[in-house]
Amino acid sequence: MSNHLNDITLKIWRQAGPNERGRFETYLIDQISDEASFLEMLDILNERLITEGREPVTFDHDCREGICGTCSLMINGQAHGPQKSTATCQLHMRKFQSGDQIVIEPWRASAFPIIKDLMVNRSAFDRIIEAGGFITAPTGGAPDANLIPIPKPVSDAAMDSAECIGCGACVAACPNGAANLFTAAKISHLNLLPQGQAERYSRVEAMVETMDDYFGSCTNHGECEAACPKSISIDVIALMNKDYRKAKFKNRKTSARAD
Amino acid sequence: MTTDSRLNSKAPQGAIEDKWNNYKADVKLVNPNNKRKFKVIVVGTGLAGASAAATLAELGYQVDAFTFHDSPRRAHSIAAQGGINAAKNYRGDGDSVHRLFYDTVKGGDFRSRESNVHRLAEVSVNIIDQMVAQGVPFAREYGGLLDNRSFGGAQVSRTFYARGQTGQQLLLGAYQQLARQIGLGGVRLFNRTELVDVVVIDGRASGIVVRDLMTGEISSHSAHAVVLATGGYGNVFFLSTNAMACNVTATWRAHRKGAFFANPCYTQIHPTCIPQSDESQSKLTLMSESLRNDGRVWVPKKQNETRPIDQIPEEDRDYYLERLYPSFGNLAPRDISSRAAKRAVDDGRGVGPLKNGVYLDFSDSINRLGKDVVAERYGNLFEMYERIAGENPYEVPMRIYPASHYTMGGLWVDYELMTTIPGLYAAGEANFSDHGANRLGASALMQGLADGYFVLPYTIGNYLAPMLNQGTPDTNHPEFKKAEEDARNRFQGYLNIKGSRSPDWFHRKFGKIIWDYCGMERTAEGLQKALSDLEPLYEEFKTDLRVTGDGESMNQTLEKAGRVDDFIQLGMLMCRDALDRNESCGGHFRAEYQTDDGEAQRDDDNFCHVAAWEWTGDPMKAIRNVEDLNYETVHLATRSYK
Repeated sequence: MSNHLNDITLKIWRQAGPNERGRFETYLIDQISDEASFLEMLDILNERLITEGREPVTFDHDCREGICGTCSLMINGQAHGPQKSTATCQLHMRKFQSGDQIVIEPWRASAFPIIKDLMVNRSAFDRIIEAGGFITAPTGGAPDANLIPIPKPVSDAAMDSAECIGCGACVAACPNGAANLFTAAKISHLNLLPQGQAERYSRVEAMVETMDDYFGSCTNHGECEAACPKSISIDVIALMNKDYRKAKFKNRKTSARAD
Repeated sequence: MTTDSRLNSKAPQGAIEDKWNNYKADVKLVNPNNKRKFKVIVVGTGLAGASAAATLAELGYQVDAFTFHDSPRRAHSIAAQGGINAAKNYRGDGDSVHRLFYDTVKGGDFRSRESNVHRLAEVSVNIIDQMVAQGVPFAREYGGLLDNRSFGGAQVSRTFYARGQTGQQLLLGAYQQLARQIGLGGVRLFNRTELVDVVVIDGRASGIVVRDLMTGEISSHSAHAVVLATGGYGNVFFLSTNAMACNVTATWRAHRKGAFFANPCYTQIHPTCIPQSDESQSKLTLMSESLRNDGRVWVPKKQNETRPIDQIPEEDRDYYLERLYPSFGNLAPRDISSRAAKRAVDDGRGVGPLKNGVYLDFSDSINRLGKDVVAERYGNLFEMYERIAGENPYEVPMRIYPASHYTMGGLWVDYELMTTIPGLYAAGEANFSDHGANRLGASALMQGLADGYFVLPYTIGNYLAPMLNQGTPDTNHPEFKKAEEDARNRFQGYLNIKGSRSPDWFHRKFGKIIWDYCGMERTAEGLQKALSDLEPLYEEFKTDLRVTGDGESMNQTLEKAGRVDDFIQLGMLMCRDALDRNESCGGHFRAEYQTDDGEAQRDDDNFCHVAAWEWTGDPMKAIRNVEDLNYETVHLATRSYK
């Protein structure tokens, strides 16, 4: 049977809009089932606020299964909270105790401007994918799927990178606000696969340089890997850097030949 | 019954296997240079919407894509776990296009349209080719070829998968293709923007009215054609496995503008979800059906069993699916497995602290295959279960119970996926066409991508070709202005009520009514009770709703109010549809119509048809129109999985 947590103090970042001044507000919460998820706890708070005629806390969330990457809370200074490899929506109150104080903030990064309260704008991630995070394969002309055998270890490694849910925890956790883990995960997914070879070097160049337009630089802190709800390894950043270095030479040679 | 003249399926002539080829041979084409003169609006960026938008832009059409998410990659297609079917027959186990077609028609309990389903089976093979070319990392054998597994309702292994995240990988594939087109300027993306109305001018879909969720601004967008790929309405029950934001608004608003809504009572209750743990829960979580490949479902034989699980000997366990359906066993289709679980729990044999679940036990598989193999197949699902339920499924059996998951009903569409409004299309879960009264596992991803990649790009051209050199409709047209005004008034209206209850309070309350009376088992008496309860609740919604904040900034409570309004109306239509369908079929189980051993009893003489509802201004007074289903290839048979 479920137990209840009592006397929980929430300190939540409230900010009315992108250009408004924000502040912490404190709320007391009682009688929360330890079976409840962290976001259900916020749902309960919001129901109470509406009943009291106050504005509920705005936060992004959707699938609540840890896969859509929408939820994005900084909980006690940790992106997605204390449980390893777990997105906010999969965090449950059994990880907390009665009497706890919980500080809830939005992702803090200049590339992710705050929209309201705990909700931020992560469109810069889309810009990186639009720059090259794809394999050009127009609909209709694909050969039979089994014509391209892919060794299982290669396919598995590509899948390890492809698991990225695009939540932005890596950026929020990084002291530099860098998006290297996000960008490198996609590059690694596509550059490892035989289908991805044709655009391998144009991809890495376009994506890295778009990333640099929005985000800070990586200095190998490794906070991103620790915060990643999908445990994506920072090894992917090494692969990205290697391919980027190669690309700068290769692409120069290719464009010289094209002239 | 005879088919209403407005419900002509336009299925092409010829033998079933020739229809799609015949259609493509005759279809009108738009010259590549002329495609850029046409604008198409795509609402929704899940599998169907993203694939349609990307492909239409590749062809050269101007595409405007809309999503209420922050990014197209968030659409709920992403949460599909188990896999995608395709008639590749890579296992050499007897699969074929015909067999996938037949399984889907039978799985749908003979309530789908043959011609559409056959086309779905045909293009299924192209989907796998396309997605592999785009870099989707499907599971592979050591030799490098693609791996397959089995799913419910099939006796072949035709399901392709990417760990337990197939939907994610397919959606990201389609999203990346869409992103490429956005980068190239072929698609304009409007994110955090929600459809609030569909505009029809001179009988044709001419555009949409949307609300910018960040500023509350209402604006109009016009196009030569509009595609709704906005998903299903499973959240009508409040508790479901759908994502929190999934809603019926786009299709419901289209319905109110003249698109018929087909078979709203066909909803799928998925058998393997994590049981509800307490009253405040706002979301249920699915555990992939693929788990039933290696997990065995059981409950104690004895009612109110009190022994701990490890002290219940084999002979006191009832592996009821294996007992009742020996040839399909734990892989019996979803509707059948769900009802069997409900009966076990109703019989007092439920398990878990609230006695509201059944076991899904992996101990046999772990003993037979080893923990590593089981972890390889389902590792991430096991982890997810442990995070939510707080128990380790390698050591203790999972507890599962059915939950609302998918809706087979949706906007009525013809063979071209066009609704009853010319120029308005519905794709993916938003339409009704392919799954009949019950969808088989791993078929939703297949249908979404089939519609978006391989069907709409052909059929839209056929509609657009004769409209060459007609500009897009003027958004200053009175119909646009009126729709904008209506939307502004509607949202301001929610703010003005200043009652005492939140939108979620109403959603929870009417969702429970629909679940109790229009869920897994329905009766005429219960449905009438639901209808008589819903009407006053809707009145209460209109007079006692409380929405805080304003309409000029991000306001999630206001968004929710609009969605709940549409859900209540849809709920009424669902109950009416369920009440008028005096038979049991697939996910629609009317307790009055069952065989002696408790299976669904269809009435093919009177109900072998689609019920397509026509808006009249009040969901309680919608008009039921009929499209007869003519089975030319498949013989109507009693569905048996024994």
